Amino acid sequence: MAIEVLGLQKRYGDLMAVDDVSFTVREGEFFGILGPNGAGKTTTLEMVEGLRRPDAGEVRLLGEPTWPRNPRLLPRIGVQLQASAFFERLTAREQIHTFAALYDVPGARADEWLERVGLTEKAGSRTEKLSGGQLQRLAIACALVHDPEVVFLDEPTAAIDPQARRNLWDLLRSLNDAGRTVVLTTHYMDEAEALCDRVAIMDRGRVLQLDSPAALVRGLDAPVRIFVAPRLLPVEAALRIPGVDGAVDDDAAVVVTTRVPSTVLARLAELDALEGLQVKAATLEDVFLNLTGREYRA
Amino acid sequence: MRSFRAIALAIVKGFLRDKMSLFFAVVFPLMFLVLFGGVFNYESSPKIELVQVGRLSLVDELPDGAKEAFRQTFDVTRDDDLAAAVTTVRKGDADVAVEMRGDTLVAHYTQTDQVKAAVTQGTLAAFVDGANQALAGTPPRFSLTTERVEDKSLKTIQFVTPGLLGWAVAMSAAFGAAATLQGWRNSKLLRRLQLSPVPVGSVVGARVVVTVLIALGQMALFVGLGMSAFGLRLTGSWWMAVPLLVAGTLSFMSLGLLAGALAKTQEGAVNLANFLVLPMAFLSGSFFPLDGAPSWLQVVSGLLPLRHLNDGMLDVMVRGQGPSAAFLPIGILLGFAVVVTLVAVRLFRWEAD
Repeated sequence: MAIEVLGLQKRYGDLMAVDDVSFTVREGEFFGILGPNGAGKTTTLEMVEGLRRPDAGEVRLLGEPTWPRNPRLLPRIGVQLQASAFFERLTAREQIHTFAALYDVPGARADEWLERVGLTEKAGSRTEKLSGGQLQRLAIACALVHDPEVVFLDEPTAAIDPQARRNLWDLLRSLNDAGRTVVLTTHYMDEAEALCDRVAIMDRGRVLQLDSPAALVRGLDAPVRIFVAPRLLPVEAALRIPGVDGAVDDDAAVVVTTRVPSTVLARLAELDALEGLQVKAATLEDVFLNLTGREYRA
Repeated sequence: MRSFRAIALAIVKGFLRDKMSLFFAVVFPLMFLVLFGGVFNYESSPKIELVQVGRLSLVDELPDGAKEAFRQTFDVTRDDDLAAAVTTVRKGDADVAVEMRGDTLVAHYTQTDQVKAAVTQGTLAAFVDGANQALAGTPPRFSLTTERVEDKSLKTIQFVTPGLLGWAVAMSAAFGAAATLQGWRNSKLLRRLQLSPVPVGSVVGARVVVTVLIALGQMALFVGLGMSAFGLRLTGSWWMAVPLLVAGTLSFMSLGLLAGALAKTQEGAVNLANFLVLPMAFLSGSFFPLDGAPSWLQVVSGLLPLRHLNDGMLDVMVRGQGPSAAFLPIGILLGFAVVVTLVAVRLFRWEAD
C-alpha cells in the first residue's frame, strides 16, 4: 500500500472539517478525492502530506508516518499546492532549477521536465507573466522534477479555461507511467471520471463512497436518458417503444428514460428519429445527488 | 549546501529585480548622502550679520587686533534708521542690530535661531569686556586658544556618513525580512519548502546571509562614494564598522520579522516596517545630532538599536576610538535581535489565515 489513512479527524472550532476519513491507495494507482468546495479535500490532503497535524487518526505514507516532519520521506513525494508557490521574480527555468537543487537533482533533468510539460518556449519568462494553465504546468513539473514515488495534486485544473483543462488532463494521465502513484483532489466530476482509477466522494468532511467511477455509476442502477427531437418523435409514440420506462416532453426535447438503451436506440433508428439525438448516462453528479439528496454545488 | 546556495541565489535575484527594493536600499539613501555630504559640506561657520546704527564708539576705541577680530566675526552693514534696522532683524535678514546709547552698547537680536542668538550675545559681551580691559590699561593675564579635538582635516561628510549608512541598512534589512516573510507565506512557498527535504535552518540562513551581504554592499557603496566624491577618510578602527553592521543587520531583520509576523498582507508588512524604521532613524541621530534634545527623548533614543549602531560607527569611524568601543553596541544589537526574534517566532503563524 502506498497510502493508508485511518480515522482521520480535524476540527476547526465547531466545524469538523475532516470527520473520520479512511481510505487506502495502492501503488501505481490514480486516486481521486472528489467533492464540492469546503468538503474537506484539501485539509485531508494536507494531513496525508504531513503539512497539518490530525486531531485524531493515523496516516502511513509509503509505510512511514507523516507527522512530525519526516525528512526521509520528503524526497520520495512530490506536491503541487493549490496556489502557485513560486519564488518572486524568477523565470520558469530558474524556478524549476531552484527546486531541482533542493532535491539534489541535476539541472538537465529540470530542463527535461520543462519540455515534458510543454513550457520550453516560456522558460525565460517570469512566473508573474505566465497564464493560469502555464503556472499549473510549471507547478506540476516542479512537483515531479525529483521523480517521486507518490505525487499529490490539489485541484490542478482549478481556474483554467476548459480547453487548457483538457490539455492538462493528457499530461496528468501520463504521470501515472512507470508505476507512480497519483493522488488528486478536484471538484470537477468529469475530471474524476476521466482520470481516476478510484474516486472517494467527500462532502462535509466525510467520505460518502469509494470505488471506481464506473462502479459508482453502475451502483446507481440509474437509467439512461435519450433526448430526441420532438418533431421526429412525439411523446405518445415514444411511450409505445418497447424498453422505454418513461417519456416526457420538456419543450426542447422528448426525454426518454430506459434501462436497455441499445434496444431503444435500434428502434429509434428504424423510426428515423436519430437526428439531433443526445444520450446521457448517469454521471458522478447523479451519484452525488443520490448520496446526499442535494444538487451538486460546485 | 547546494540547496542553501540555490535558495540564497533565488533571494538575491528576487532582490536585484525588485526595482522598489533597490531604490530604497541604494538610491534613496545615496541621495541623502549627496545632499548632506555635497551641499552642506562647509568648513567654517558663517559670520554673524550685524546692522550698525549710527557710530559705535566702542568699536572705534578697540585696539587694532580686537578691531580686526570684530571685522572677522561680524558682517557689518550700516543703516542709520533704528526702526528700519530692527525690522531687518525681525525679518531675518540680519542677526542683530547694534546702537550706542552713551556708554551702553544696545543689541537688538532675534531669538529665532537660538544658537546664533547665544553666540551673538556671548561675542558682544566678550568685546565689551575686552574694551573695558583695554581702557583699564592693565595687560590681560589669561588668554584663550581653541583647538578642535577631531583631526582637523575631517569634513562634515565624516560625521554624516555613519548615520545615513545606518539608516540605509536598517531600511533594507527590515523591509527585506518583512516583505520576504509575508510574500513567501502568502504565496504558500513556505509550505512548499516545508515539504521539501531542505532543513528549516537553510531557508532562514539563506535569507539572513543575503541580507547581511546586501548591508555590506551598501557599506562599500557609501564608503566608496564618500571617499571618491566627498573626501571621506577612513580613520581609527573603521573596520569595526563591519561587525557592527552585521549585528545591526540582525537587529533590523528581527524588527522586519516582527512586522511580517504581525501584518496580514505584504503591503501591511512593508508599511509597518517603514513606520518603525523612519522615526527610529530620526530619533537615533541618523540625520542630525541629538545633543540638544530633552532628556526623555534621550531615554527613548537609548532603547533603539539604530542609535547604538550609529554611536558605535561614529566611535570607530570618526572619534578615533579603539575596537573595544564597538563591543558594547554589538552586544546590545545582538541582544535586541535575539529578544525580538523570539517574540516574532511566538507570534508567527505558518499560514496566513
